[in-house]
Amino acid sequence: MPRRTVEPFVWLLFSGGGVAAALVLPVLLVLFGLALPLGWIAAPDHAHLLGVLRNPLTRLGLVVVCALALVHWAHRFRYTLLDGLQLHRYDRLVVAVCYGGALAGSVLAAYLLFVAV
Amino acid sequence: MSSQLSSARLYKPKVPLLWWLSRRSYTMFVLRELSSVFVAWTVVYLLLLIRAVSRGPAEYQRFLHWAASPWLIVLNAVALAFVLLHAITFVNLTPQAMAVRVRGRRVPGRLLAGSLYLTLLLVSAFLAWLVVG
Repeated sequence: MPRRTVEPFVWLLFSGGGVAAALVLPVLLVLFGLALPLGWIAAPDHAHLLGVLRNPLTRLGLVVVCALALVHWAHRFRYTLLDGLQLHRYDRLVVAVCYGGALAGSVLAAYLLFVAV
Repeated sequence: MSSQLSSARLYKPKVPLLWWLSRRSYTMFVLRELSSVFVAWTVVYLLLLIRAVSRGPAEYQRFLHWAASPWLIVLNAVALAFVLLHAITFVNLTPQAMAVRVRGRRVPGRLLAGSLYLTLLLVSAFLAWLVVG
């Protein structure tokens, strides 16, 4: 019997993160990375953004998107490092840094959205 | 037999560090892989924005001022290019990775990709409306 691994589950999260990143991130980056700083559109006032962020659906949605997108990064970047830079020898370290980073980022996102805001 | 197998597994041909520059398709592959770094950066950037908003109007203004730094504009423009590369290649790949069936018939790839682009458009419009108000 073949050994069971966690790989299929990680690939599922990778795929989900890919969809979340593709659908949600471009428009947010256009708005907050370019359109507002360059003055293409007037920046929304603080009270409005705070209101949007305090909506339970926004909180949940953003935490899910952030966590999935970070797992997507971790899984893809792991293989980018291993194959692209020929770092197969350091697989364990790469795995720890990538998935550990994604986990830390997800916890931070949950804290920011459910405690700080 | 087992020693033969393990020695076969240990055979590792040497691959040059910049193997992916030798062909256009390889380079595109690595660029697509690198897009994940900019996906992660976008998440970090959004978390910084959320933190600033949570700390009050003054901190939000400081974030907006910081976001207008030329190096950050350049970084975000590059990040946008990679995030779009990710979005486009992900949508275009979906019909090959997933066979969606409706009433026993496979949905044509173009229709599937097209509906994903439509979803992208609708989600973007909704989020823009939510942010700008």
